[in-house]
Amino acid sequence: MSNDLLTIIDQDGKTQKGKDPGLPKDELQRLYRLMVATRLLDERGLAMQRQGRIGFYLQSTGQEASHLGAAYALADRDWLFPAYRQPGILLLRDISIDKIVSEWLGNSGDTSKGRQMPVHYSFREANFVSISSPIGTQLTHAAGAGMAARIRGDDTVFMTFCGDGGTSSNDFHTGLNFAGVTKAPVVFVCENNGWAISVPQCKQTASESMAIKAQAYGMPGVRVDGNDILAVYRVCKEAVDRARRGDGPTLVETVTYRMASHSSSDDAARYRDATEYEAWKKKDPIARFQLYLKQRKLWDETFEAEVVETAKAKLAEGVKLAEARANLGPESLFDDVFMNLTPQLKAQRQELAELMSKGGVGADVGHFPL
Amino acid sequence: MTATETKTGTSKAGTKVMTLLEAITDALRHEMKQDDRVLVFGEDVGKKGGVFGATLGLQDEFGEQRCFDSPLSECGIIGTGIGMALYGMRPVAEIQFLDFIYPAFDQIVSEAAKMRYRSGGEYTCPMVIRSPYGGGIRGGHYHSQSSEAYFCHTPGLKVVIPSTPADAKGLLIASIRDEDPVMFLEPKALYRHAKGEVPLGEHVVPLGKARIARDGTDVTILCYGAMVPVCLAAAETAAQAGRSIEVIDLRTLVPLDEATVLESVKKTGRCVIVYEAPKTCGYGAELSAIVGERCIEYLEGPIVRVAGFDTPFPYTLEHLYMPDQKRVLAGIEKTFVW
Ligand SMILES: Cc1ncc(C[n+]2csc(CCOP(=O)(O)OP(=O)(O)O)c2C)c(N)n1
Ligand SMILES: [Mg+2]
Repeated sequence: MSNDLLTIIDQDGKTQKGKDPGLPKDELQRLYRLMVATRLLDERGLAMQRQGRIGFYLQSTGQEASHLGAAYALADRDWLFPAYRQPGILLLRDISIDKIVSEWLGNSGDTSKGRQMPVHYSFREANFVSISSPIGTQLTHAAGAGMAARIRGDDTVFMTFCGDGGTSSNDFHTGLNFAGVTKAPVVFVCENNGWAISVPQCKQTASESMAIKAQAYGMPGVRVDGNDILAVYRVCKEAVDRARRGDGPTLVETVTYRMASHSSSDDAARYRDATEYEAWKKKDPIARFQLYLKQRKLWDETFEAEVVETAKAKLAEGVKLAEARANLGPESLFDDVFMNLTPQLKAQRQELAELMSKGGVGADVGHFPL
Repeated sequence: MTATETKTGTSKAGTKVMTLLEAITDALRHEMKQDDRVLVFGEDVGKKGGVFGATLGLQDEFGEQRCFDSPLSECGIIGTGIGMALYGMRPVAEIQFLDFIYPAFDQIVSEAAKMRYRSGGEYTCPMVIRSPYGGGIRGGHYHSQSSEAYFCHTPGLKVVIPSTPADAKGLLIASIRDEDPVMFLEPKALYRHAKGEVPLGEHVVPLGKARIARDGTDVTILCYGAMVPVCLAAAETAAQAGRSIEVIDLRTLVPLDEATVLESVKKTGRCVIVYEAPKTCGYGAELSAIVGERCIEYLEGPIVRVAGFDTPFPYTLEHLYMPDQKRVLAGIEKTFVW
């Protein structure tokens, strides 16, 4: 039951009979484009961090099927309460590269005004709620938003993400418990990539799986091959439909692997076995989907070249636009603490302006982490 | 357990130049060696040795029973730590960043801090909660906060913040040997930047004793943690302009060494308080009140606070948020011209 792993596309790109969700051809190709674009975006992010153009980056390489397949099951009006490893969703929801890279830079094109570290996006236009660093906090928010939608009689669905580490947080328990009790229309997606920084799954939980935890909260738990985009989509579509029907939440565990180090500050070689990485490399979600498309005559070298070229061109253009944007001025430091500046904040803004006019202040602030 | 005074002192084993981070590892190793009740645990402290490397090598040396990774739950780390302490161990729990401590807030303020008092001294909670705090690494608001004031405001918790490698070692050892819960906050901006001679072997710096980091006669600066080197640099600049600045590194916020603070302010007649937390209700407000209450008749100018602004910790504008030398110098001038 909760411990079975649903796979649709096998290693050779063939699908199991009767399980293909039957997406239209152009949609399948669109999903492939999104996966490739997400990977390239990620590579660019890390490269820019290494070049010192941005301060921090966190990759999702290897998890493209897991988060894209899940979010693809939503309608545009549905909301996302993401963690920090689902950048493909931004592309799926048509957020421009310019805006994404502006967030990394924290410049005047950044919707969150340079207030957060890179990859902690906030895009209200895409119903993509501001990402927080503290692990798990979004899970209860999704439950609460779902409760509110039920009270209002809306049919909006809420999808929220966490990692395997996130299942140990207080909010995981509370979020699932509240959603279960209230039948909130929420899909909890746990992207189980095997690691929480250096802590392996076996030290995170004694449960046989993450999906099985759903039983305790009175909701279905489904375990799916997170490197198989059709399987993830199929499972999440069922969960989304269920939520929309008013039948309550689902916990989906996507079994995948964190191919990169935890972030640009981490070196996984210090605690992880290379053989594990090699084994997962063979299960690459993009390669697998490519094989499937090839079987269905939806992929060939010409298509590949066009997909990569288009994505790269968009990236180059977006990075250029973003890097040309102005930085935010010092006065913006005091905005958005409240709707209106308090008298104290006004005085502090004035104090800073005076100090700066007298020859500039500016502490030496190093790099993340030291 | 009887309440014994922690013995203080330094062995004659010589010294070695260490970073503040290395001094912390050295203290942990020293205590783990000499007391098998000492346990080190938290997220990523085992094989990885902590995200900053403070526990590097400890699992190899002492085994997985003594140094281990916890599941990702601060509430769990502190709650189980309290259980271990109640059962007679000496837990040293690491919270990866102070910004992530809030899921454990209940365990800290309602449980650890109140255990001795609420049980009439029957049960106690001798544990250390180590955590990197503060800005200076471009970590945004979830890797930069200085939330020491929440803990100082909680009776039953001691709050310790070192600023030099030698103090980091000596104060951590004293904290581990203390019979009460100690928040041991490590200025992450100084982890690798602060370097200095550290006594090898036994080295205990008593809690509740401030350090005069620089002697002076015109103005007293009260500071702690990562603001200490900033204030020392400002004092040096001020000296060139003929101002003699005394810099006091508090080392322990709770219990505070009031005697040293008051003696210095009575001598100089001027007081600047520097901290990187938001200004309002920060620890500096308490210091200002103490100075105002206890020696206002000695003051020749206003008590001045130089602190973070009352905003969440920013990302791109961090350099403007953090008090720097210029802001400290401006603060010094305000005690003369107001
Ligand atoms: C409450 C809290 N504690 C600690 C951290 C530091 N931290 C950041 S990511 C991480 C591991 C998360 O692992 P997981 O949930 O599996 O997600 P993944 O990074 O693998 O996607 C930790 C411990 C944090 N962000 N929040
Ligand atoms: Mg993980």
